[in-house]
Amino acid sequence: MKRLFSSMRIAFRALKMNKLRSALTMLGIVIGVASVIATVAIGSGATQRIQQQIASIGSNIIIIIPGSVSSSGVRLGTGNAVTLSEADAKELVVQCPDVALAAPVVRGGAQVVYANNNWATSIYGITPDYLTIRDLSVAVGAEFTQQDVESANKVAVLGQTPVDNLFDGADPIGQAIRIKNVPFTVVGVLTRKGQSSQGQDQDDVILLPISTAKRKVIGVKQANADAVDTIMMQAKSGAQIPAAQEEANALLRQRHHLQANEANDFSIRNLEELFAAQEASSKIMAIMLAAVASVSLVVGGIGIMNIMLISVRERTREIGLRQALGAKTRDILTQFLVEAVTLSIAGGFIGIVFGIGASLLISQLAGWATSVGPGAVSLAVFFSAMVGIGFGYYPARKAAFLDPIEALRSE
Amino acid sequence: MSPLIDVRNLKKTYLLGDVVVNALQGVTLTIERGTFVAIMGESGSGKSTLLNLLGCLDRPTSGRYLLDSIPVETMDRDQLAEIRNQKIGFIFQNFNLLPRMDALENVELPLLYKDSETPDGDGLGAHALADVGLVGRERNFPAQLSGGQQQRVAIARALINKPAILLADEPTGALDSHNSAEIMNIFQRLNRTQGITIVMVTHSDEIATYADRIIGFRDGLIVSDRKVTQPAAPVEAVALRPVAVSP
Repeated sequence: MKRLFSSMRIAFRALKMNKLRSALTMLGIVIGVASVIATVAIGSGATQRIQQQIASIGSNIIIIIPGSVSSSGVRLGTGNAVTLSEADAKELVVQCPDVALAAPVVRGGAQVVYANNNWATSIYGITPDYLTIRDLSVAVGAEFTQQDVESANKVAVLGQTPVDNLFDGADPIGQAIRIKNVPFTVVGVLTRKGQSSQGQDQDDVILLPISTAKRKVIGVKQANADAVDTIMMQAKSGAQIPAAQEEANALLRQRHHLQANEANDFSIRNLEELFAAQEASSKIMAIMLAAVASVSLVVGGIGIMNIMLISVRERTREIGLRQALGAKTRDILTQFLVEAVTLSIAGGFIGIVFGIGASLLISQLAGWATSVGPGAVSLAVFFSAMVGIGFGYYPARKAAFLDPIEALRSE
Repeated sequence: MSPLIDVRNLKKTYLLGDVVVNALQGVTLTIERGTFVAIMGESGSGKSTLLNLLGCLDRPTSGRYLLDSIPVETMDRDQLAEIRNQKIGFIFQNFNLLPRMDALENVELPLLYKDSETPDGDGLGAHALADVGLVGRERNFPAQLSGGQQQRVAIARALINKPAILLADEPTGALDSHNSAEIMNIFQRLNRTQGITIVMVTHSDEIATYADRIIGFRDGLIVSDRKVTQPAAPVEAVALRPVAVSP
């Protein structure tokens, strides 16, 4: 312990003697660590953002949409592509053990009028389960009920954007809005959700009972009155998503009377997969950035090795003297290793400061989300210490195994 | 009591490029405790090689070397380092002080490499410096000291671990006659009052006369070995003056 302490003192003294040289050597590590920190910050910032987006959509979601019509060219009329039905949704919940909820959705757009204001927005015809699946909640008022769906009541739940554009700050609850000239009573307003990952305004929507929406706003498909645009499903847990998908696939094939050799007339998408892919690509990006940054760390390490070799050569006499006075192999080794590690760790700490500064700057200037975690920082410290030991070892070893007579004789 | 140094048929061969150099061709020598030995010879006579071997800086090609009854010729690097630290004090022609350390730090350097902890390392260095007449110079750097003072710092350093033997390689080679005499006085005093064994390599006949035994070397062999009946140096004549401290 005493020896290590004095080794450190000797090392600091040697570094202080060559301030400019030490500073320049450190600079390599500073740049390396700073760029690692900054790039990891950008990478994990992106990953965090994706995770937030996943959370904003709802959890364990599986989306079923009808099969593509255009892919097979002109075939039996388009009506046949309307393959999903409300009955499908009902059966999915009943027959698939891994499915928690399934909500049929029809979509359309309409001009909405209130007093002197009007606003074009998306109309979703849904069942109350949709709100649970999408993790939507009502900020003011109430959701409509299953009873409203069954009775096809003319009630509406509004997103924040139509409220802002139609009501000019007035309380919308209980007011009547007109959608395609049909009056609807506003029963609730959704909590604000913000933009989706694609930059869509998730609040620019009006939710109606699916039955009312079909009959009064969007219209019923002639080929299949029961048809829906989408079925939103929620698996019972994240782990059960694949099983739920399998079950849904099997059930829908059976319900749609598909032969073994026939392709699905629907497609099942799993948002986790979508986001996992996005997350993976952002991770790959981050790893690549970090790899490039690590190259500069290695270059910094080579700088340290270079300077340490020069230092060993310059101080050969000193090493010889220390050996004559009884310094053992490990004493000399420690002395020079401590010197190299001091350089690299000091450079590492300065690099962390610069790296955090750079990532703040990047998030300010480029508007990218960045996040510097304790993991990245401790990794940077660890790596810079490793670089010091790794690149300092060869020069230190060279010093430790000098021949004392030769070393003493050198000038 | 066994002799402090007991060397039997010591040989050392170097390869200098393709040329085989027989630096020592079979030296047998014993040095009793408390003697002050001067080794003389031409350059290349093998005297420095012998000093390096005696100082455990090098290992012999063949032969036996008992230092303080310990066979050291088979020891490895680190064992030799330990022996050097404990048993041997080195004094060099060019002093070999570390320029970035002050006198006291230089003197205490061997304590750093001591395996057994010294109960109180503090007073030791200052005491050793006082012993060579350098009171008040503890915080001076080598560049701020004269050649004679630097060599005295080196002597204090050599003595700090209370070695069994002091090995001096041309200790006055870089000094003027006045400073040389002072250094020799210190050697004699250490030898006579503290019984420290000294082996000194020198070119100078004058310096050699301070010793009480002179060994002559030529071509890697001892060619003469004589006792000096009346060593030189009126010890009182060049008395050690305390060095004035500059304000």
